[in-house]
Amino acid sequence: MAIEIAQDLPASERRKLLDIWETAPGIYGWLATVDHKKIGVRYLCTAFFFLVIGGVEALLMRIQLAQPGLKLLSPEAYNQLFSMHGVTMIFLYALPMLSGFSNYLWPLLLGSRDMAFPRLNALSYWVYLFAGIFLYISFPLGQAPNGGWFNYVPNTELQYDPGINIDIYSLGLIFLGISTVVGSANFVVTVLRCRAPGMSVNRLPILVWGTLTASVANLLAVPAVSLACFLLWMDRRYFTHFYVISGGGQPLLWQHLFWVFGHPWVYALVLPGMGIVSDALPVFCRRPLVGYTLVAISTVSTMILGFGVWVHHMFATGLPVVALSFFSAASFVIAIPSAIAVFAWIATIWTGRPQFKTPFLFFAGFILLFVIGGVSGFMTASVALDWQLTDTYFIVAHLHYVLLGINVFPVVGGIHFWFPKITGRMMDERLGKWTFWTMFIGFNLAFFPMHLIGLMGMPRRVYTYSAELGVGGYNLLISAGAFLLAAGILLLLVNIVRSRTLGAVAGPNPWDAPTLEWSVSSPPPPYNFAVIPVIASRHPLWEDRLDETTDRSTVHGGLVLDEGKETVGVTVLDAEPDVILKMPGDTLVPLLTALGMMVIFCGMLLINFWVVGAGAVWTAMVLLVWLAPRDHAAKERPAVHG
Amino acid sequence: MADIHLAETSLPVGGQELISTRWWGMMCLIATEGILFVYLIFAYAYLGSQSPGAWPPAGPPSLALSAPDTVVLVASSFLLGWGARRGANKARLQLALAGTFVLGTIFLVVQGFEWAAKPFTLKTNAYSAIYFTLTGFHMAHVVVGLLMLLVLMGWSVSGRLNRHPECAFLGTLYWHFVDVVWLAVFTAIYLFPRFS
Repeated sequence: MAIEIAQDLPASERRKLLDIWETAPGIYGWLATVDHKKIGVRYLCTAFFFLVIGGVEALLMRIQLAQPGLKLLSPEAYNQLFSMHGVTMIFLYALPMLSGFSNYLWPLLLGSRDMAFPRLNALSYWVYLFAGIFLYISFPLGQAPNGGWFNYVPNTELQYDPGINIDIYSLGLIFLGISTVVGSANFVVTVLRCRAPGMSVNRLPILVWGTLTASVANLLAVPAVSLACFLLWMDRRYFTHFYVISGGGQPLLWQHLFWVFGHPWVYALVLPGMGIVSDALPVFCRRPLVGYTLVAISTVSTMILGFGVWVHHMFATGLPVVALSFFSAASFVIAIPSAIAVFAWIATIWTGRPQFKTPFLFFAGFILLFVIGGVSGFMTASVALDWQLTDTYFIVAHLHYVLLGINVFPVVGGIHFWFPKITGRMMDERLGKWTFWTMFIGFNLAFFPMHLIGLMGMPRRVYTYSAELGVGGYNLLISAGAFLLAAGILLLLVNIVRSRTLGAVAGPNPWDAPTLEWSVSSPPPPYNFAVIPVIASRHPLWEDRLDETTDRSTVHGGLVLDEGKETVGVTVLDAEPDVILKMPGDTLVPLLTALGMMVIFCGMLLINFWVVGAGAVWTAMVLLVWLAPRDHAAKERPAVHG
Repeated sequence: MADIHLAETSLPVGGQELISTRWWGMMCLIATEGILFVYLIFAYAYLGSQSPGAWPPAGPPSLALSAPDTVVLVASSFLLGWGARRGANKARLQLALAGTFVLGTIFLVVQGFEWAAKPFTLKTNAYSAIYFTLTGFHMAHVVVGLLMLLVLMGWSVSGRLNRHPECAFLGTLYWHFVDVVWLAVFTAIYLFPRFS
């Protein structure tokens, strides 16, 4: 059979593709789907759920801190709440939310029919879900992780923390790390191989650059924290001396391993968010992004530098001055690529014709918050100043400006922007603007005063404070701001729920945007593209009006691949088609693998090696089925012009 | 960038080696596992550099068992490479798989004797902890490699490997990786203390 190149596809052909690609109905299909769009939406919903949980934890803490000397929460309860707040927001919300966007959008942005490894995609979701459940398993027992998200030793050694709290933390993070690494590998291979012909590396959307950079970093960084947690578990349950001074161990080893992971991770949480803005902000400025190449390079260089700044979390630990100077300098330098991106966004707004729609407000707000968070980060890169500010609320203010500013605001803007693509309906614009102003004002009320109380000397991670410190008024304001921010999230939720059924019908391209995902129907069909498009520029849908070259992309004409689940594989740099990739169909194998892993980790928590062994054998058997190569009819097919 | 010409060429289905996505997936696995060993060796070096006394506390470990064992493991890699070379016939591949399995098992058994002969246990001190953990992580990878060789052998006998030679290729890559990791571990634990 020939590979046909079609200009327009008859209904019978679309029917055929639908039969091939559609997930089976019912509960089986729900458990067995490997469709990147379904998995992406699951990621988004689950991460949003964890955002709400982490938010409620934050509100409880803000009630406790609203006035000096309150006794609403015990110190132990407060420790668990602030630890789980950090763990939830950083591990269970921030990255999975971005993975949700990327999972849903990547194949649509790249002109592919699915990710490179659809079953791995399902596995990474199930493992994420189970690891989230695992981390919350002990919450009802009052035994949740209580050593902070950074979990410093020796405070978290068995001697000082005898419950299962820290074991849950260590094992839970190792478990979750599997999900992150698996997902990252999938993103990396997808961008290298699964693109439309012509989607060369200089035409990739910036969101793809952001998630690619973050994914490569995750592959290289996550093993550090998994190892740190494993060694801690060994210390606690097998009495080794990795972090215990008495046998020659080193508590600082934990901090090194943790922050070698932790700092690249911070960039993994923000680069895809910055990518969302780089792609979506220009749509509301009615022009392409200013400085595409510079922004792409700054994305990658931020991450490379990001591997060389981890010690700035450890300035106060007594390391040699030479080391501190080096890491301080690297932390200053990293401001440069960030500044390049900021100037590119500002120039895009400045030279464009801004349309003040809800997503635009979130993206513009993000730029302001990023600058504030960036400047406070620049300040703390100085060792001398950091010694004064470390462990105060100034740092809390900084990290929230960075993480909410560069993650939550782009994410909420992105939800407004891509909601029509995902559901086929528009979100309410009026309610959206209310959401933005409520969140923006609430956020700044909640976090800006923290700079001040930090400078006044209020320590972080402590469950209360005395009235003599004179920060009670500020704290009341902060708590009020936190509730206002939460009200904004509630408005967002209301808007999502209402617009799903009541929103105006969107059509394929409601924002008149330039990228490939807007060339297909909203919501997209299971096979994404009826024919694989051929790409000639960065803005396939704006070529006629930009008229940069005479070349035109053919978004509705290209390879027809309809002999089973297939998509095209391309060369890494130039995106010349070089293989037809067979894609797997619905399967329970990823879910069964994740269940086996859950059994292994429960066995480790119980220190029961029969349970661990059973889980391992189960997982190995399922993997054997998974990895067995499947036969397909043809080894090769000739390509023919239509 | 070059424009795309959908010429009248044929495209392979699935594809072999670098054309297949599986090869790239294996590279990601090797990258992330490789960096795990980098962090393990970092932990070993960090604990050593901060150690108040001698490192290792009882002097450099003996090479009597570990050096020949290293030769055995490296030989296994060459054997498998020979058997899985492109165009090699089925009998040769099966011979190489079986031989590699035997050599890998010998490596593990000798490592077992090495462990048993140590005067310290996991709990003794930081050195003992990182020694058993680092070599233990590597041994776990060898065990996975051995299981993989068994599976490849099964697929070869059933004929599945004839239709999918890329599986043998990927298995070989993983085995080489496990051997290269051992060379790094061996250098860090056995050789480096002799020169410092």
